[in-house]
Amino acid sequence: MAEWLSRAEARQLAERTLGFSKSDGCQVTISSGVNGNTRYARNEVTTAGDTVNAGVTVTSRFGKRAASVSTNLLDDAGLRRAVEASERLARLAPENPELMPLLPAHVYTAVPAFSGATADLDAARRAAAVQAVTGAADRAGLVAAGLVHRVAGAGAVANSAGLFAYHASTTAVHTLTVRTADGKGSGWAGTAHNDWGRATGAAALAERAVRKAQGTREPATLEPGKYTVVLEPTAAGNLLGLLAFALNARAADEGRSFFSKRGGGNRIGETVVDPRVTLASDPQDPDLLTSPYTGEGLPVARTVWIENGILKHLAYDRFWAEKQGVAPTPFAGGFRVMGGTATLDELVAGVDRGLLVTRFWYIRPVDQRTLLYTGITRDGVFLIERGKVTGAVRNFRFNESPVVMLNNLVALGRPERISASESGDVGGAAVVVPPLVVRDFSFTSVSEAV
Amino acid sequence: MDRRDFVKTAGAAAAAVTLPPRVAPAPQADASVRDLCLRALNAAQSAGASYADVRVARTRTQAVSTREQQITALSDGETFGFGVRVLAGGAWGFAASRELTAREVERVARFAVAQAQANSRALRRPVTLAPTPPVKDGRWRSPIEADPFDVPIEEKVALLLRANAEALKVQGARFVNSSLAFVRDEKTYASTDDVFTVQQIYRCLPQLTVTAVDSARGGFESRNSAEVAPMGLGWEWVLKADLPGNAARWAEEAVKKLTAKSVEPGRYDLILEPHHLFLTIHESIAHPTELDRALGFEANYAGTSFAAPPEQVLGKLRYGPEFMNIQGDRSQPGSLSACGWDDDGVAPETYLIIKDGVVVDYQTTRDQVAWLTPLTGRTRSHGCSYAESWADVQFQRMPNVSLLPGERDLTLDDLIAATDNGIYIVGRGSYSIDQQRYNFQFGGQAFYEVKGGKITGMLKDVAYQARTTDFWNAMDMIGGKRSYQMNGTFSDGKGQPGQSNAVSHGCPPARFKGINVLNTGRGGDRG
Repeated sequence: MAEWLSRAEARQLAERTLGFSKSDGCQVTISSGVNGNTRYARNEVTTAGDTVNAGVTVTSRFGKRAASVSTNLLDDAGLRRAVEASERLARLAPENPELMPLLPAHVYTAVPAFSGATADLDAARRAAAVQAVTGAADRAGLVAAGLVHRVAGAGAVANSAGLFAYHASTTAVHTLTVRTADGKGSGWAGTAHNDWGRATGAAALAERAVRKAQGTREPATLEPGKYTVVLEPTAAGNLLGLLAFALNARAADEGRSFFSKRGGGNRIGETVVDPRVTLASDPQDPDLLTSPYTGEGLPVARTVWIENGILKHLAYDRFWAEKQGVAPTPFAGGFRVMGGTATLDELVAGVDRGLLVTRFWYIRPVDQRTLLYTGITRDGVFLIERGKVTGAVRNFRFNESPVVMLNNLVALGRPERISASESGDVGGAAVVVPPLVVRDFSFTSVSEAV
Repeated sequence: MDRRDFVKTAGAAAAAVTLPPRVAPAPQADASVRDLCLRALNAAQSAGASYADVRVARTRTQAVSTREQQITALSDGETFGFGVRVLAGGAWGFAASRELTAREVERVARFAVAQAQANSRALRRPVTLAPTPPVKDGRWRSPIEADPFDVPIEEKVALLLRANAEALKVQGARFVNSSLAFVRDEKTYASTDDVFTVQQIYRCLPQLTVTAVDSARGGFESRNSAEVAPMGLGWEWVLKADLPGNAARWAEEAVKKLTAKSVEPGRYDLILEPHHLFLTIHESIAHPTELDRALGFEANYAGTSFAAPPEQVLGKLRYGPEFMNIQGDRSQPGSLSACGWDDDGVAPETYLIIKDGVVVDYQTTRDQVAWLTPLTGRTRSHGCSYAESWADVQFQRMPNVSLLPGERDLTLDDLIAATDNGIYIVGRGSYSIDQQRYNFQFGGQAFYEVKGGKITGMLKDVAYQARTTDFWNAMDMIGGKRSYQMNGTFSDGKGQPGQSNAVSHGCPPARFKGINVLNTGRGGDRG
């Protein structure tokens, strides 16, 4: 078997699996691919790994009863065992009143998410990217740690009602942290894209992180409180993702969400944030390139969730959509927040007094009623005075809601694809966001951490 | 009070159920698997590896999730494959595949060596491994009584739906989610240092969350089964946890939270019960004493540690009071990190990380020991190597890290009785901590006002914020042996790409003087 399945191979594997099915309905989800990474720390490679894997998840159903079994044993015996096991579980499972019928065949618009440059990012090329960073850090007398990670693969979903969907994709991420040898300064930079050729190069990333590490050596301690902040795209994306993934209709309708209306229902049609905010998802967006279908094969279309500050859509799964008499609206594997044309420097130039934030970390929910989250700043917070960065300040803990933040919006800059996962690997959504200027951002304590 | 009820009902449930008698068989080594392991090691050495190890793993997982009276997910998974790790040119290489055939193990072994050679070009300090004794044919199995994969799925679903029904009988309780998750890891390990082991490791996680909604005022509050720990045990633990017997109590607390008094921010004495405190230990002691963090290896994600560099910490850093002793081990029966040998082929040690309030050691793997030898004189690994699956490379993960009980036979009730103006916190809630573990913020599941040595009412919107060593040095009372309990986390993230680890933390209840409490209902108002 190749490292990932072609469309024909995926179809053949799906048919072979479905051929063992004796249930009323069967769905097969296929994944395949390679996962390669190289880690570095203390200016040298530490570990690396290349894994090849493939697997199927079989969901069998009898009436309203359903169950899933996954396996990576793909010979006939393994597939037969998985199908039979899922049928056995499904027969035992109580009826699920929310189980929706299998979707019929559909012709999907392919998304060109597979990049040869990413697929070719082998151990030697990854080591070269590492050396570009460690060399720069070393020359500056600093210490670098980071990750070059790429996945290349193909997935498919098929069912006994004739549906077959196939999507091949790649993603590459390079994230790095450069610290001073005495641990008093730290800077971060990162990039992510489907196409390694369109990701920011190692030298440029190193330069950015080195500059931040050097600039954070002697931070001033500012009192916690409410500050005007300039959030770099990564910092903005860390918080905007929390809003995007709260766009769930059912939780709202059931009174469990910020988007719940008092007395019942949801807030679609209401202005929820500043009128300059528009948040959309589109699998064909050249900087997002996410799967054109959901896990059950439902086509994913472009959806504008928040338009000019007004909540336009919430995500409805098929069951909830039918119950509420609306069309199902799936969330895509990524999102874009529209912005303007201003660069980060131009945004900084417009701030009289404020803080420039590189990124946030360890973000955890505090109160789902208000989408209040806590977390800390990391790898570079800088004081802005009269439009210029004048020095570094210590990290802060924040307690803030992305909704409050977007109601206190001052300006938006030019959007870019960011490395959005807190863990700095290829996991998580594809995210394109602008840098933001926000007033009255709530920092609740100072952190000594560097 | 809650805790005693829980222990009582849990005990009754356990007594009421007859488990099939079982003699835990030692896991078997498959002769063909052993042969393929040796083939991989030989191929790696022939290609130029100075060291190699191979892990062959078959992992079963099962999850059942429900809400109210329906199943929301029922899944069963199996993944099988092997990973070969090598040292060549002083650098690590690792490759893995799902096809366990003679040709593929040799290809993967050679691939790992080629990768190590590519990595060695970006290397400064060749890896050295601490010695470890040979293990000819090691066998280990979690101390389970009943294999959860032998229990019919109907029984699992019925238990959850019964628990949900009990929760929903409580007026005001609107939603309930419950789930069971099980893992069985069958792992064969072999290394060129003459280690061959076969282990069968189990984990289980019963959970329930009930939500009460006040639709008139637009509020909602939840309470989860915080007292039910995930354990390295089998089905017997699910029965003992007794979700159906406890669900109504959790639902009542969720409803009570709707009208609980919102906390006044300020400084309070906190009484933290073990099912809450374990997470504070996990975040503020276990993570900062990982040697890789302290040395900068995890700087790009998990972070570094304030407890660094080791030469300024060992024997010098006062973390807490004289009576504070923190143990690292992988041997407490039923604990999540328990095993016979780690993923370096090392039998883990039980040892002190903090002794009499002072840091004396870190968590280590074979390739880390040399960093500490000049400081500690130790030449062997503590056995903290772990990989999430066959597809992931092993690295340093925390063992069980536990706060040992005090010498005096104190209980939770004694701590409450001795407190004038405090808050008693039950269960884990929201938590966040910085990348060097200086500053943290923790919530909980339920909060009680303590006045004049008595619980006087329920509070909500409580979170406390502190600096790690200030917090631990504010600890002035801890429970004795009788009050020691274990809890843990089923999925602790670390590494890049991220890997998950399961780990337990034991502790008695403890009291902390004058800790800063925020009100989270008012946007995190400061005390």
